[in-house]
Amino acid sequence: MKKKVIAVSGLTKRFGHFTAVDHITFDVEEGEIFGFLGANGAGKTTAMQMLCGISKPTSGSGTVAGFDIIRENEQIKRNIGYMSQRFSLYEDLKVWENIRLFGGIYGLSDKVIERKTDELLERLDFREERSTLVKYLPLGWKQKLAFSVAIFHDPGIVFLDEPTGGVDPAMRRQFWEMIYEAADRGITVFVTTHYMDEAEYCNRVSIMVDGRIDALDTPGALRSQYHATSIDEVFRQLARRARRNE
Amino acid sequence: MKQLIAFVQKEFYHIFRDNRTLLVILGMPVVQILLFGFAINMEVQDIRVALFAPTPDAFTQDVTEKIRQNGYFNYQGNMQTMQEVEESMRKGKLDLAVVFPPHFQREMLHSGEGVVQLITSSADPNRGSIAATYATAIISQYRMEQTGAADIPFQISTENRMIYNPRMKSAYMFVPGIMGLVLMIISTIMTSVSIIREKERGTMEVLLASPLKQATMIVAKTIPYLIISLLNLISILLLSYFVLDVPIRGSLLLLTLLSLLYIFLSLSYGLTISTLVQKQINAVIVSAMTVMIPVLMLSGMIFPINNMPPALQYLSLVVPARWFIDAVRKVMIQGLGISMVWQEMVILTGMILLLLTVTIVKTKKRLE
Repeated sequence: MKKKVIAVSGLTKRFGHFTAVDHITFDVEEGEIFGFLGANGAGKTTAMQMLCGISKPTSGSGTVAGFDIIRENEQIKRNIGYMSQRFSLYEDLKVWENIRLFGGIYGLSDKVIERKTDELLERLDFREERSTLVKYLPLGWKQKLAFSVAIFHDPGIVFLDEPTGGVDPAMRRQFWEMIYEAADRGITVFVTTHYMDEAEYCNRVSIMVDGRIDALDTPGALRSQYHATSIDEVFRQLARRARRNE
Repeated sequence: MKQLIAFVQKEFYHIFRDNRTLLVILGMPVVQILLFGFAINMEVQDIRVALFAPTPDAFTQDVTEKIRQNGYFNYQGNMQTMQEVEESMRKGKLDLAVVFPPHFQREMLHSGEGVVQLITSSADPNRGSIAATYATAIISQYRMEQTGAADIPFQISTENRMIYNPRMKSAYMFVPGIMGLVLMIISTIMTSVSIIREKERGTMEVLLASPLKQATMIVAKTIPYLIISLLNLISILLLSYFVLDVPIRGSLLLLTLLSLLYIFLSLSYGLTISTLVQKQINAVIVSAMTVMIPVLMLSGMIFPINNMPPALQYLSLVVPARWFIDAVRKVMIQGLGISMVWQEMVILTGMILLLLTVTIVKTKKRLE
């Protein structure tokens, strides 16, 4: 059996009387692409923030990359990558300046940053854009760059919060190719998305409804369990039970 | 340390790539100093005056001549009728009219009494009353010359000596005020906006999920604006010393220390605002409203605090600029030492601690 890089049980987050995340329990294996689905307001982002060490759970426990999510959140942060749902690079910085900044934040040495920057630009075919301000790049390119920056320090796990929002289908495909490449290199990918067709690309998906995980399995198993032809249909069946208003 | 350097560098990229903002934050103190120093002049000069004497005689001519020769007055001529006086006043051509009664000299010599009417335009009350005071002084001096002290058994004269600012120059009053305004508004707005911009653009989430410590980020956010504020301080002091002739009588070191304290306070206030609002535009509005209005109205920069209603006087106690401007005046204009400004310094330090506490508490709450 493969190593579990994320293992949480009974994870709960309450804001006053509102329970945003309600006792969720699941594992993610090393090298897996794990789809984390749910309607807006289902609690995806809150759950993800607890996994990333940004927010403390009200109750429950878990480990991410081998570190305790309550006591060792600083170590977790050093071992994960994060790409936020809004575009997460600095628009008024050049491509190389963005890379350098995040390299510096993750404590890489200047030499390593330099070498890896060249590799990265080569791989993305971005050599020409090295000194372009990020705001002049097309959106699809920005997303690719943001993803590359998120895994620049070779984290064990990368968290992607709706990485393909607003990107055209062709670009989304290219983006998913990059996700597969990262997974092949052994990086575990934890991804939330709105696009149900993308869920089919994941090794396993979980579907959150009203702060709980209502379904969790491989896309194929979920389809047969719910007698559906697509994950989209599974999602609709589950979402109908939702009580929370968006 | 490496994180801090990388982050400060990034902040400077933001600042230097935004040329217009850079121009505003470095140009504002220069413009303000020159504006207040030259354009906005509270000294009453160039008082436009006309005289009306229905029956000109030696006395009225003497007085006219004295007024003409006085440097504060700008003599507009003699009026022929009372209507002409009123007309000129109404059209705003005159600040002051001196009206003699008919047969002024004869009346004076016979009864020993003469009444000269001074009509001032009080559209600008301050200017009006000062113009009247100048004219009164000239006339009473003339009377003394004519009659001597003979007919009065004793006489009390006052001699005014304006110390610290003998020429009553407005710049002495405004320079500390501008320091209080400019240093605070720039530090507060820029700090709060630069943090909220990260929240608005989503980069804050990425930073929070990174190993970057919050304290490192906050220090890195404030360093560039600390440097810019120090540059502004230098340009304000150079301009006021060399262009406006405002002296720095006290210790320059103490003045710098005071300003540093005030800059730290402004940066802290910017941090506090960044924890209270969510949008850049709100940060600008809150910073501008809570800095500009109190500094202009309640700090004593323009309106003396002692003349305010008690409620406003109490309110002014929480305006940091009040303490800062007071202390700067003491050090810069009066040349006093630390023993006279330590109270202000303690108050400013207390305010910094309070603001930082609020900021930390609010930030902790958000993360939990």
